[in-house]
Amino acid sequence: MRVWADPPQKKGNRVPRENIPLPCRVESLSVLSADGVLDKDLEPKLPEADLKRLYRTMLASRMLDQRCLMLQRQGRLGTYGPCRGQEATPLGVAYCLREEDWFVPTYRELPAYLWRGWPMEKHLYWWGGSELGSATPDGINDLPLCVPIGTQCQHAMGIAWGCKLRGDNTICACFVGDGGTSQGDFHEAMNFATVYHVPLVMVIQNNHWAISLPRHKQSASQTLAQKALAYGIDGIQVDGNDILAVIAATSEAVEKARTGGGPTVIEAITYRLMMHTTADDPKKYRTAEEVAEWEKRDPLPRFAGYLRQKGILDDDTEAAFKDEINAEIEHAVEIYENTQHDPFDMFRYMYAEMTPELQRQMAELKRHLETPLPAPSPREQAGDVV
Amino acid sequence: MAQLTMVQALNLALAELMRDDPDVLVLGEDVGVDGGVFRVTDGLYQEFGDQRVIDTPLAEAAIVGAAIGLCVRGFRPVCEMQFDGFSFPAFHHIEGHVRRLRNRTRGRFTCPMVVRMPYGGGIRAIEHHSEAPEATYAHLAGLKVVIPSGPRNARALLRTAVLDPDPVIFFEPKASYRAFREEVPDDPETLPIGKGVVARAGRDATIISYGATLRAALEAAEELYDEYHIDAEVLDLLSVAPLDAELIHESVRKTGRVVVAHEAPRHCGVGAEIVARIVEESLLFLEAPVARVTGFDTIIPFFVNEKAYLPDAARIVRATVETLAF
Repeated sequence: MRVWADPPQKKGNRVPRENIPLPCRVESLSVLSADGVLDKDLEPKLPEADLKRLYRTMLASRMLDQRCLMLQRQGRLGTYGPCRGQEATPLGVAYCLREEDWFVPTYRELPAYLWRGWPMEKHLYWWGGSELGSATPDGINDLPLCVPIGTQCQHAMGIAWGCKLRGDNTICACFVGDGGTSQGDFHEAMNFATVYHVPLVMVIQNNHWAISLPRHKQSASQTLAQKALAYGIDGIQVDGNDILAVIAATSEAVEKARTGGGPTVIEAITYRLMMHTTADDPKKYRTAEEVAEWEKRDPLPRFAGYLRQKGILDDDTEAAFKDEINAEIEHAVEIYENTQHDPFDMFRYMYAEMTPELQRQMAELKRHLETPLPAPSPREQAGDVV
Repeated sequence: MAQLTMVQALNLALAELMRDDPDVLVLGEDVGVDGGVFRVTDGLYQEFGDQRVIDTPLAEAAIVGAAIGLCVRGFRPVCEMQFDGFSFPAFHHIEGHVRRLRNRTRGRFTCPMVVRMPYGGGIRAIEHHSEAPEATYAHLAGLKVVIPSGPRNARALLRTAVLDPDPVIFFEPKASYRAFREEVPDDPETLPIGKGVVARAGRDATIISYGATLRAALEAAEELYDEYHIDAEVLDLLSVAPLDAELIHESVRKTGRVVVAHEAPRHCGVGAEIVARIVEESLLFLEAPVARVTGFDTIIPFFVNEKAYLPDAARIVRATVETLAF
């Protein structure tokens, strides 16, 4: 699958000039093609148990994602941003991290959260409008979802810098979208990351669409990976729907970061099969044919086919996975829908210690909610006064 | 005890904090080798090295953005914005993340960072070097906004700010950086954030101020006493978020007449909040409308005209006299 564009043709006469020999290259990596052909030389050797768990997590993400769309349609969840079709990249990256490493997502990396141990109800809480969904569970070194596009790159760079200063052998992986690469934050983060040589793996999920803006209008660069080169960072492009390629590229980048080799940028080519969020109608800006073309490259059946060929997955295992996952989702939905939300929590986490003014405002809300206003005087009485 | 300028006092506070806690880092533009354009970080690079006093590339958003990550890893970064007018590239990190991190993670992650910046006019600086954006920051819940007025309280407040478990925006009145010296004790001191002080006690009117304008207010109080026989009380707020409403009410209920003075523009300025608090809880103690002496709702003029914009003692005297004559 060729996923880069040809360079624009240069026109006109140029004054002769000297070449600066820059050590630059952008490579592309694919292991398992869309039609299931495996490059055996590149195939990462993963334990069977890991492969099984990876597939189960990818399936769980797909099923939870689907369930969230249904819950949204039923009015039981807020606006929802599905990640269908993009599961291989976040999952492959999360697989390459150690538990104590740091993970900084944007908002379409559900399978990574599941891999790293976030309970499913956390996902429901966030899209269901509760801060419980952005309260990272204790013991998990992940930042919560990040909505302001690209800003998380800076935080990830700072965390990676902290990892280096702490000298605790941890690294940080960060996600950003194709749209996010247009933000200054992405560029500033790469600049700092390489100036301070921090252990950062920056993953661009190029899903071809930033809401309605297609990749070719987002940037005139041939690849997004090459943006790394200007900062002195290695940039590589991988087939982001090929979990084996993602794991192959990421494990190298993680190893490099951990051994003092500095940051890497990985551009993962994928596709947003669904709407940006449920508030969006992609029919306004892209064709059904284009979506159908990318359906054929769906990472889930591709990974399943690979595992079946290896004899790791069969119908029974798949059916058992689905039963287990359905039960987990039901359990999570039950927790989510039976959680009481205390409006006074809005005051409780603003500062380590509540300020006098917030105490006053909290009391004001309490009085309003608990003490009814006395009933208005009857009309004739008011008239009597006049 | 030593006689120090505010720059020296802030420098002393940073050095003390860095000696006490290896997790305190200083980062910003030209803060290392150069010691900062105002020399607030002078000598720190030499004492603490380039891993703790960090000359960053020129990108304010990245300075604060990186500091968020450093906070997540348990550090206490002190970020310097070289000038008030350059703090806005970092604003979306302060608004979108710094002030929210504790709340949205329900306390799992916090941002105990300090963002220092020289602020205000009066030093004949070029464009974008004289703004007073404290109200912009004070409006953001989750931040604390501190503005010292002299060397001694600057040193004490910076110490409190760095030790505070929540993010503090620390405005340093650049007109006061070297304008005068004060006795600063040998041992480190702290002052509570959110508490103001009575800078001059009086009976007839309350002048509420902070930052560089405080000196104008004190000067005005002297003139009012000597020339007009008006005994004005002057409050130094020291923090504009949280605001020391208790201090304000106490003084207003005693004097019944109020003048609020700050150099930031009037509309939605800190003065507006002060007046609202007075109206809410001390209205019936007022003998006259509250007067505001502030910067005007214009762009602060280039420096040939900045004197006409900045509140000085004469404007505060006029407003106080007229308030008393009401």
